Amino acid sequence: MRLGKKFVRLMLILSGIILLLFLIMQPLTIYKFRDYIAILFPKGIIGVKQLNLLLIIQLLMLLVVIPVYILTFIFSWKYRASNPKGKYDPDLVDNVIAEYIWWGVPCILTLIISVLTWVKTHELDPFKAIASDKKPLTIQAVALQWKWLFIYPEEQIASLNFIQIPKDVPIRFEITADAPMNSLWIPQLGGQIYAMPSMRTELNLIANEFGDFRGSSANLSGEGFAGMHFITRASTEEDYQKWIAAAKQSSNVLNLVTYEQLAAPSQNIAPEIYQLKEQNLFTHIIMKYMHPHEE
Amino acid sequence: MFGKLTLEAFKHEPSQTFAVISMALGGIALIGLIFYLKRWKWLWQEWFTTVDPKRIGIMYIIVALILFSKGFADALMMRMHQALSVGDAHGFLSPGHFQEVFSAHGTTMIFFVGMGMVFGFMNLIIPLQIGARDVAYPFLNALGFWLFASAATLSLVSLAIGRFSATGWLAYPPLSGLEYSPGEGVDYWIWIVQIAGVGTTLSGINFLVTILKMRCPGMKLMTMPIFTWSILCAMVLVIFAFPILTATLCMLTLDRYLGMHFFTVSGGGNLMMYVNLVWAWGHPEVYILILPAFGIFSEVVPTFSEKRLFGYVSMVWALILITFLSFIVWLHHFFTMGASANVNAFFGIMTMLIAIPTGVKIFNWLFTKFRGRVHFDSPMLWFFAFVLNFTIGGMTGILLSAPPVDFQVHNSLFLIAHFHGMVIGGMLFGVFCGFTYWFPKVTGFFLSERLNQYAFWCWFVGFLLAFMPLYMLGFMGATRRLDHYEEATNWNPLFLTVAAGAFIILCGAVIQIYGLFMSIKNRKKNMDLTGDPWNGRTLEWSIPSPPPIYNFAIIPTVDQIDPLWAIKRGQAPKPHYDYEDILLPKNTPMGLYIGILSLIFGFTMTWHIFWLALVSLFGIIGCVIFKLSSPAEHEVITAAEVKEIEAAYLRRSITA
Repeated sequence: MRLGKKFVRLMLILSGIILLLFLIMQPLTIYKFRDYIAILFPKGIIGVKQLNLLLIIQLLMLLVVIPVYILTFIFSWKYRASNPKGKYDPDLVDNVIAEYIWWGVPCILTLIISVLTWVKTHELDPFKAIASDKKPLTIQAVALQWKWLFIYPEEQIASLNFIQIPKDVPIRFEITADAPMNSLWIPQLGGQIYAMPSMRTELNLIANEFGDFRGSSANLSGEGFAGMHFITRASTEEDYQKWIAAAKQSSNVLNLVTYEQLAAPSQNIAPEIYQLKEQNLFTHIIMKYMHPHEE
Repeated sequence: MFGKLTLEAFKHEPSQTFAVISMALGGIALIGLIFYLKRWKWLWQEWFTTVDPKRIGIMYIIVALILFSKGFADALMMRMHQALSVGDAHGFLSPGHFQEVFSAHGTTMIFFVGMGMVFGFMNLIIPLQIGARDVAYPFLNALGFWLFASAATLSLVSLAIGRFSATGWLAYPPLSGLEYSPGEGVDYWIWIVQIAGVGTTLSGINFLVTILKMRCPGMKLMTMPIFTWSILCAMVLVIFAFPILTATLCMLTLDRYLGMHFFTVSGGGNLMMYVNLVWAWGHPEVYILILPAFGIFSEVVPTFSEKRLFGYVSMVWALILITFLSFIVWLHHFFTMGASANVNAFFGIMTMLIAIPTGVKIFNWLFTKFRGRVHFDSPMLWFFAFVLNFTIGGMTGILLSAPPVDFQVHNSLFLIAHFHGMVIGGMLFGVFCGFTYWFPKVTGFFLSERLNQYAFWCWFVGFLLAFMPLYMLGFMGATRRLDHYEEATNWNPLFLTVAAGAFIILCGAVIQIYGLFMSIKNRKKNMDLTGDPWNGRTLEWSIPSPPPIYNFAIIPTVDQIDPLWAIKRGQAPKPHYDYEDILLPKNTPMGLYIGILSLIFGFTMTWHIFWLALVSLFGIIGCVIFKLSSPAEHEVITAAEVKEIEAAYLRRSITA
């Protein structure tokens, strides 16, 4: 059952070429799709910080991964059975120094990454307010079947599957669901957090550039889940105020009655704006599950 | 009379109808073939009623292969649909059906393919490696298999009758609750997983006891082969983790059937509890899958390097450490649920710690090759592919374990690429490695090396093509489980690449199946007459292939790691041949009966046909009582018979 002498060479060269091609393809893909790769080209400081952490960890990990790749190829070539020059030492079963190295080096790397993770996890806690001299804007996001309702409590408006925010103003999302569990994710601005019925989570994000950023639900929530994407428009303060004014003039009114109609399951809904006529709508949505079950 | 079951349940979308018809035709053809070959009696006596772990192992693997083709077809459908469903086009599956397909894909691949392969190898190899003639609880073992097989059958039934769950492979409530999923789908999922899970627990207990109590004289824990160690660790995980799953599913069942409020939104239920519990099982579960693969590589690399495993002690402690750590990392599956920074950071760091022992294992394998004579037979090819792919998967795993990074890539296709790197690049390549390594031992003949090489290239290229772009898609904001996306996202070219990769993998899988058939067809020409084709090191290679029913004519005595290698090098004495009478447990059909009754129970519970469910439940209890109250029967193979069988093997190996 022994293989041809050339086989190992063929295998190593061919797999090396394949891996190299994939390695080259990565930067080419990034270059070609640079306007669409939200996470690598974030538009807000939270996203930037998360990306930086990703890159640092990636770099540290490469310190282990690259040697593994090199050793795999070298040992496969040098100690192939058909190589007459390869040393053979069947009794080499352990080496204390070697073991210290590959228990020790990963330990040190992990220690570095751990400290980094501890610090960054606290710094980038989604519940933590973003330091800024501007007053944060609160948006209450409600995942419905299958659309996102955004309530601007201070502005007395609401919008469906669309949000407009002023650039450089910290946004404080208060999140809940009147549906199965969802996840609010605007990758160009930063990470996601779950939207759960009867509970309130928070997500603090900021946009530092103008633009339309795609947001979506990242957690399966039923049939219309794929259609739960929306646009986040980061604009100037002026444009934002215009949009608010337009919403306040809207003929659509959101109160408890129209909310219940809206909350009924529906799919692929176009964006919409509303005047908010119910002050405590968000609290109402959370609290409705706190009451005893009504059949 | 028929509960919720109506004719409506038999109506499907065209793609599913096609699958159902081809499945039915396949089944009819198989039954016809058995009649034609008049093999029913043989099947019944040799297979259906067997308590021989070697036979049970083969059956596990056959079931796993059948279910693999189903899970793989699911995967192809998903990727084809995603490549086509962009902008105005909506692919060929409805959203609901698409969701059923990915739920079925995950459930099938984890519970039946992954677990089936692990339990198959375990049954085939563990008794041989520890020098035992049997397992500790032969009937329990058979029962475990038949529960597994009946759950697998129920999952095939769910394809034909009614709808499967559309809530993902872990069925998070409240989506899986009665309010949002009133249909039979989630009930199917519950009973499939529940029955398979109980079977797994039973087999887990059996193999833990087998490894602890039935090792041959002289084999201490620290001289066990590493594969046995990996199975021991995996079984500890099974025994601690699977009861959590069983209890969680029970609570979900009570919610759905009796209107209780464990995980509902209203009535004081808590869905976060479910997510915690299910991952407290789910994370150990992935290690139940990967540890045996580590064990397989630890057998294969030394054998094909003609060297001892580098750093045996270190390898064992790495396994134990991974086993321990795997229970304190479950929260990393839902950093995004909003736990405090302290909690998230703790679980993130615990997760990173797992990388240390895993990295140690990789380096020990590499240094086993160092100053060895490395033969690149099929198993080593899969090891080669494993190191290259698994390392990338591990690296992205560390990225995911940092909560701030996880917030950005959680539930995206980046995550999908990561864990497929683990389960395909790690576990499945390990399975292929073990399959090609132990195939001649189990069957007595070889697989084709050449076809395996072709398959290797297909899997290698196909895997990279099918999963590397997913990392990028994740970075582009593509979430998992999407049945449709807008053109403006520009994801389509990458989805097309991914679909192409899936088809290259398909080529690899087809070549493997073809290779399997060809080697069975030409088995007379490529027999393994020696019983030790690879210059093996552990006890399973010291006996003929396929092993005689009693495994070892003489129970071996060992005093070091790699006992066979020691004999070959003259470091240990050759065994004496004083034959004795051998007692083996008698076959029993009770496992099969309980399996069939469980299938009926699961099916009728799904469709609320409670009278029949009750009947089958009583049947199961009756079978158990009957089996437990009847005396254990044995058959005897006399010393003379053993001598005759062994002499025949000896003659055969001399002519080889």
